[in-house]
Amino acid sequence: MASMLFRNVYINDESSIIGPYEDNGELNIRNALSDFYDNEKTFEDAEIKMQKSVLENLLYKNNLNPQDIDILVGGDLMNQITATSYNMKNFSIPFLGIYSACASFVESIIITANMLDTRFFKRGIAITSSHNLTSEKQFRFPVEYGALKPKRSTFTATGSVGALITNKESRIKIESATIGKVVDYGIKDVFNMGAVMTPAAARTIVEHLKDLKRDINYYDLVLTGDLGEVGTKLLKEYLLINNNIKLKNHLDAGCLVYNEEQPVFSGASGPVALPLILFNKILKVKKYKKILVVGTGSLHSPVMCNQKNTIPAIAHAISLEVM
Amino acid sequence: MNKEQYQKLVKKHTPKENRLINSITAFVFGGLFGVLAEALMQILRKVFDLTILDATTWMMIIFIFLACLLTALGVFDKLVTFFKSSIIIPITGFAHSVTSAALDYKQDGLIQGIGSNCFKMAGSVILYGVISAFILVIIGVLIYG
Repeated sequence: MASMLFRNVYINDESSIIGPYEDNGELNIRNALSDFYDNEKTFEDAEIKMQKSVLENLLYKNNLNPQDIDILVGGDLMNQITATSYNMKNFSIPFLGIYSACASFVESIIITANMLDTRFFKRGIAITSSHNLTSEKQFRFPVEYGALKPKRSTFTATGSVGALITNKESRIKIESATIGKVVDYGIKDVFNMGAVMTPAAARTIVEHLKDLKRDINYYDLVLTGDLGEVGTKLLKEYLLINNNIKLKNHLDAGCLVYNEEQPVFSGASGPVALPLILFNKILKVKKYKKILVVGTGSLHSPVMCNQKNTIPAIAHAISLEVM
Repeated sequence: MNKEQYQKLVKKHTPKENRLINSITAFVFGGLFGVLAEALMQILRKVFDLTILDATTWMMIIFIFLACLLTALGVFDKLVTFFKSSIIIPITGFAHSVTSAALDYKQDGLIQGIGSNCFKMAGSVILYGVISAFILVIIGVLIYG
């Protein structure tokens, strides 16, 4: 069984920062970068700085010192999860670095929540970040290179989000979680991440419902990570054909970050897209009580893709109860 | 659902690219840039009294310089979204690929960074350009002696 129930783990607070494109888009957050460098020399340094400011802000808002945090779990898109590791050298906090691409944030919440549920730990933080240009450089072409992008491609969001998780009761309860399995449906197209991740998302949703004996309508909202417009259509049809599940209350974070005029094709991607939308849009409207959050990650490596391999994907889910 | 069925579903929901419009744009603007280059060459010949060979070289140098400058200013990639392949296929595209790769690695140092990475994308153009030129010359010699 891949699912687990938590007794009392809560998300107490969060802190977000966004990049210039997101600031011009649908999000409205006080902390936003005016350019991709943010007064640093490289894009990599800018991403580390974003994460640092998120973590400092989260500690400051809650009157905490780094010594008060028992565990921090986090990851990002860079090779060797550089942004998170280099950020964590500034803080004396026990740290676990993880990678599951754009599902990293949900994975870090699952790990942190599990540790807190044992009650050995009191406070944990889950953190993630992504930067459009560090990932363009690593996964695609040089930053200034004018590669023509197809309509099915997605646009990596810039930003960082951290969440403080404790046993102290708050508005947002982490109720249960499902750990995903790696799924590969033979897609080789590196531009079509929505198609790569859809089967993984579907499988995790189906297993979550089966394990916890729930119906899809139990949830007021199913929020997927970064399937984009292509993946959203695919997921609905896939679930209907394959599992006879009618997905009605569904939103995809990737489709909600940017406005229609921005040249982002199928939507936003990156581990930060999901928590940005979850904390700054979905949880702010107070409309949804039971939310299934499905983080989707495409586990592709440029090396394996160049060697003509297919792209595997993973999806992790957490269920939130909002009071 | 097996892999084949899924791939059919993916095909159904993947938006189609406007290949025809893109090709026409590239064709028209590519042609216009050709006309522009020819005009520049004629001007160079008239004004500076150059031979055709010299005027061609100067015209290419000017186009390469412009492509590099626009890349460094961050404008070239935006132009590509409008002009499509018309500015990627000619020598401007080659200059652009070298400059953009060099810009990406300028912080990694002169040797490990710019030196080993600036031909990251242009490298294949050079390699296969040389190989195909070599093969064509051999064929030319065999046929025409």
